[in-house]
Amino acid sequence: MTSKIGNVWVFAEQEGGKIASVSLELVSKGRELAATLGVKTEAVLLGNNIEKSTATLFHYGCSKVYLAESPDLEPFTVLPFADTIIKLAKQHRPNILLFGATPKGRELAPRVASALLAGLTADCTNLRIDDFDDKINGKSYKNKLMQIRPAFGGNIIATIVNTWEDPQMVTVRPGVMRLGEPDASRKGEIEKVKVEIPAHLKVLKVLDKVQKEKSVDLLSSQIVVAGGYGVGSKENFRLVYDLARTIGADVGASRAAVDAGWIDHDHQVGQTGVTVRPKLYIACGISGSIQHRAGMAESGIIVAVNSDPGAPIFSVAHYGIVGDLNDVIPKMIKAYKTKG
Amino acid sequence: MSFNYLVFVKQVPDTKNVTGQAMKPDGTVNRAALPAIFNPEDLNALELAIQLKERFGGEVTVATMGPPAAAEVLRQALYRGADKVALITDRAFAGADTLATSYTLSCFAKNTTKFDLILCGRQAIDGDTAQVGPQLAEKLDLPQICYVEEVLALDKKKIRARRAIDGGFETVECPLPLMLSVIDSNEPRPPSVKRMMKYKKAKTRAELAAKRSSYTDAEELARQEQEYRAKGLWIEEFSAADAKADPERIGLKGSPTKVKNIESVVLKASEMKKVEASEAGIRSLVGELIKEHILG
Repeated sequence: MTSKIGNVWVFAEQEGGKIASVSLELVSKGRELAATLGVKTEAVLLGNNIEKSTATLFHYGCSKVYLAESPDLEPFTVLPFADTIIKLAKQHRPNILLFGATPKGRELAPRVASALLAGLTADCTNLRIDDFDDKINGKSYKNKLMQIRPAFGGNIIATIVNTWEDPQMVTVRPGVMRLGEPDASRKGEIEKVKVEIPAHLKVLKVLDKVQKEKSVDLLSSQIVVAGGYGVGSKENFRLVYDLARTIGADVGASRAAVDAGWIDHDHQVGQTGVTVRPKLYIACGISGSIQHRAGMAESGIIVAVNSDPGAPIFSVAHYGIVGDLNDVIPKMIKAYKTKG
Repeated sequence: MSFNYLVFVKQVPDTKNVTGQAMKPDGTVNRAALPAIFNPEDLNALELAIQLKERFGGEVTVATMGPPAAAEVLRQALYRGADKVALITDRAFAGADTLATSYTLSCFAKNTTKFDLILCGRQAIDGDTAQVGPQLAEKLDLPQICYVEEVLALDKKKIRARRAIDGGFETVECPLPLMLSVIDSNEPRPPSVKRMMKYKKAKTRAELAAKRSSYTDAEELARQEQEYRAKGLWIEEFSAADAKADPERIGLKGSPTKVKNIESVVLKASEMKKVEASEAGIRSLVGELIKEHILG
């Protein structure tokens, strides 16, 4: 006999009513998990005057949105958000609860997990349903969420299972899960949530907020030309920009190039930057540390240019050019300009 | 004005130097085989606490949960300006995930210390989870300010701080007590040579006992402990019982997450095509990419 299990929930992050792309990626992944479990995919959406945003969640496949609207939930502060989600989770007992590993998600999810006494696994790179035999404690679990994540600086991949009561909670970085196709004909049910935040949770005041659009959004880039430490200097990044401009690409960078101060952090690809999966990734002077590869190995076609034939980047490349990028990049630009 | 700053730090394996051999067959990390360092962002948290002490007065207590060898990061904290240190250590803590860890730290904080501000590094480089700070705050029923860059003002009632958000920053105000998680926006001071000369002699009871080779007379140890305490060189140890922690909620037992398995990362075998760095080679590559509609 099996007891009825809860649904798959996604915390739908929004800013100014716009749903974060990572939340939609999680809805896409959540549908897959829910289909395996035979349950539904639902979202929790918090803010003020954001009912319109539910449509996007339905288009990506949520069957229900728990909508919590209140002036106490705008702007985002962690305690009122946590309180609302904790109450909802206690009431509905979702089987799985997914958060984007964004700055908001990473301060919110641990508070929720702590209050629910739930396990929480950060920065999962893959999720699937499987059984788990806990040999140490001699217990077996059916249909658990396998929470797969890199650990120890990306040197190992661990599969983690939450063995306590549901929800099974994880965070996932933006760009890691594949975004499904929206369908504008999909509709769903809105369940309005009564929001009552106790006074002692409304103590933090946001006095000032400065937020600028990112200088580049690599998550949606189709082609990325990325430069690493081998580029040599800030001035020389001009070459990388020239190639990108010529072929209609965005510019990425390795952590080494960002740390050297040659390019802004918004451009960083890898474990501590963004995870990209463009159709073409051209790595110039990037040695290809495990952390960098974690952020680009899923790209459609990878072209690596490096003067060191032993550079690890070649192990994930489809095309490898051993040579000096100062020589190779101008040749690429020329070849493209004189095409056909 | 005077404040009690409680800083939680962690000794971590230097993940840049992890190799396959550093893993035990059961999938856990063989920490003994790795160089152990002061978690970088915890140094930023300590630096902020010392700066606050210099600006607003008070006392900085640094605590860590870890094996006996973690006493080393406490000495490092003393070299930099910590007033008091504590080692939260017990075999029963082994195998703790972030929930069991934050529970243990909350018991220590609640039952053995007085604090106005708790400071933590945003995350530790061995797991990069950034979970223990917020979980600790929840367990203590404290508000939190995560990703703190700078403290702008502090008085007995409240703090005003600047924190990083996605693509910018926020200025927030919050009453005390609270938990701050700190990012790498300050420059941690190096150890002071003078303090180092003094505090390199600081010891835990276990270290003191291990040092005795000829006799392990309990009375002699007790006498030495008094001596170390009098000189301010005593590193106090706290067991699970000292912290009044529920044995069911610590270590492996208190951890909902279990590791199913661990694999070393294997490079995906790709069939790389070598392209000559000549004009002809590159032209044929670009031509191929255009033909495949990968380049427009």
